[in-house]
Amino acid sequence: MLKLLRTIVIAVSLMGLCAVPASAKTVSGKAPDFTLKSRSGHNLRISDYRGQVMLINFWASWCGPCRQEMPLLENLYKRYKKLGFTIMGVNVDTDSTKANNYLKDMSVTFPIVYDTTNAVSKRYNVNAMPTTVIVDRNGNMRFLHQGYKPGYENDYKKEVVQLIKE
Amino acid sequence: MGQAVVVAVIKSMCNKLLSGIILCSIILLGLAQAAQATVLPEERADVMYHSYDGGGVTVSGPSILVRKNASTNTSVYYNYYIDHISSASLDVLTGGSPYTEHRTEQSGGIDYLHGKTTTSLSYTTSVENDYKSGTLNFNLSQDFFGDLSTLTLGYTHGKDLVSRRGLSYDLSEISRQNYRVGFSQILSKNMVVGLNWETITDDATELRDNTGTLSGVTLNNPYRAYSYYDSTTGQRGFAPEKYPNTHTSNAFAINGSYYLPFRAALHGKVKFYQDSWGITATTYQLNYTYPLASWIFDFRTRWYSQSKADFYSDLFARQDEYTFMARDRELATFQSTSIGVTASWDFAKNGWGWVDKGSLNVSFDHMEFDYKDYRNALVGGTPGTEPLYGYGADIYQLYVSIWY
Amino acid sequence: MRLLFLLMISLGIPQGCSSWQPWVKPYERSNLADPIMNPDRDPVSVDYVAHMHKTRQASRGATGGSGGGCGCN
Repeated sequence: MLKLLRTIVIAVSLMGLCAVPASAKTVSGKAPDFTLKSRSGHNLRISDYRGQVMLINFWASWCGPCRQEMPLLENLYKRYKKLGFTIMGVNVDTDSTKANNYLKDMSVTFPIVYDTTNAVSKRYNVNAMPTTVIVDRNGNMRFLHQGYKPGYENDYKKEVVQLIKE
Repeated sequence: MGQAVVVAVIKSMCNKLLSGIILCSIILLGLAQAAQATVLPEERADVMYHSYDGGGVTVSGPSILVRKNASTNTSVYYNYYIDHISSASLDVLTGGSPYTEHRTEQSGGIDYLHGKTTTSLSYTTSVENDYKSGTLNFNLSQDFFGDLSTLTLGYTHGKDLVSRRGLSYDLSEISRQNYRVGFSQILSKNMVVGLNWETITDDATELRDNTGTLSGVTLNNPYRAYSYYDSTTGQRGFAPEKYPNTHTSNAFAINGSYYLPFRAALHGKVKFYQDSWGITATTYQLNYTYPLASWIFDFRTRWYSQSKADFYSDLFARQDEYTFMARDRELATFQSTSIGVTASWDFAKNGWGWVDKGSLNVSFDHMEFDYKDYRNALVGGTPGTEPLYGYGADIYQLYVSIWY
Repeated sequence: MRLLFLLMISLGIPQGCSSWQPWVKPYERSNLADPIMNPDRDPVSVDYVAHMHKTRQASRGATGGSGGGCGCN
């Protein structure tokens, strides 16, 4: 029994070794364009924001780390929006009422769009909740963050500042 | 490739040391690049009042749990639990007089999250005036396959000191070891299943008293007696139980949860048990969880059936008929059925100060025990013809939970 | 023993080292993340009930539940 346990533990540990993508990595390629309905009822298209640095954040009402991250994204938005920076919060709930209920208590001023069919999440190959993609002024994806843990917002800040300065 | 060499070296180290099991997993997991993670358990505090009333026994008391993140990667918890016991059960009345007792249990533990792995360590003590126990638990949980699968491993080591009320020395020392493996798989957007296996071994050492005499107590309850037909009186005679000093058991459970087409869930569990004392048991459980506005209702039913231990008998033919003899009804052939309901009311849904949300919960279960080979010896008459025993129990739980 | 070991390695290696795709995406876990899908969502109650059963029957062990949950991070 002990030997079996030992074997399983080693095997599992080895599994853990196999490349799991790091939380922050650089990416390249054009950010896939999309048009989604926003909170205000109007459609928003990300290519309309060309010329600004954009942080696209995929989030869900049922995701704890997403909720933790929201106020910090709001701070980031308020701080840098005058310098040509915006955040696009893409909500992946299939039922937007849950997202709206959440937003009622959490005041965010950056645009929120609803990806209820998850078509955009698929295009962006979203592999974790939340997922944050930072796009430069030319519409190129530059940084990808999968998941959220306290402290990531400092990385977002550094990357956003770097892209603003370019 | 360099990684593979390091792994091979550590593997050979692991094969040598028993404690290497724990050491190895921590080292190997430390090598993992993963900065991605699953999540720690939620921060919360719960205060509960529990009450059991059945078969002449009442047990009630509080249970208080507090859990908090100590850092972004660690969560700590503390649980304080009390059983205040008033027992006038059939076993107690057959052998002696009712008693009251107080059991205090305290637990503390830490969960550490690294990558997709959660490592947990906890320690529990249980103290009564005639029974002391200490237990160390270790658990490892790993998510993989896109977080659709979870593998858990666990090991528990415990030590119990058994005595009798009024004695200044211990009668028996029990060493316990548990080995657990679990695998959970998400099958679809609406369904998850799990498999769990646990092997438990107990090893008792019979202790001596001040005069050097062996206590006669190993894994048995020191207050329980077996019963035999006393031919001189034509009545039941009683003598202290004699148990083996080892016990190994295996349990295997399959459980599943299914999200219905409307917002509600079904949970099922089937468990098979067998042990080295000849006992086999099966458990079936079904729960239906139904939310309604700010409420969540749980309806549940449980059916349990066990067959007796090899050395159990309600009435032995004579004293010392066998080496091992027991009449503890926990080892008898019986069935128990229960139904229950929990009503939870969510409050502070939008937060209140530092509280994110809270819930108030009330729970009631009714259990019926039906013994097939344990008789009510208080009734009197020809030994072995007394009515088979059965009783009902009512269980209440009232608790408040807050998340922060 | 060795077979089990090899099986687990072969199951584990593809996990991150290839483009294996999970059939439930992280953004499709809304139902699985719902608290009602967790039968063990109140630990004080779960622990109490497990203890209550354990003291009245022979069967013990394998009380662990199943996963699911939000799969976040």
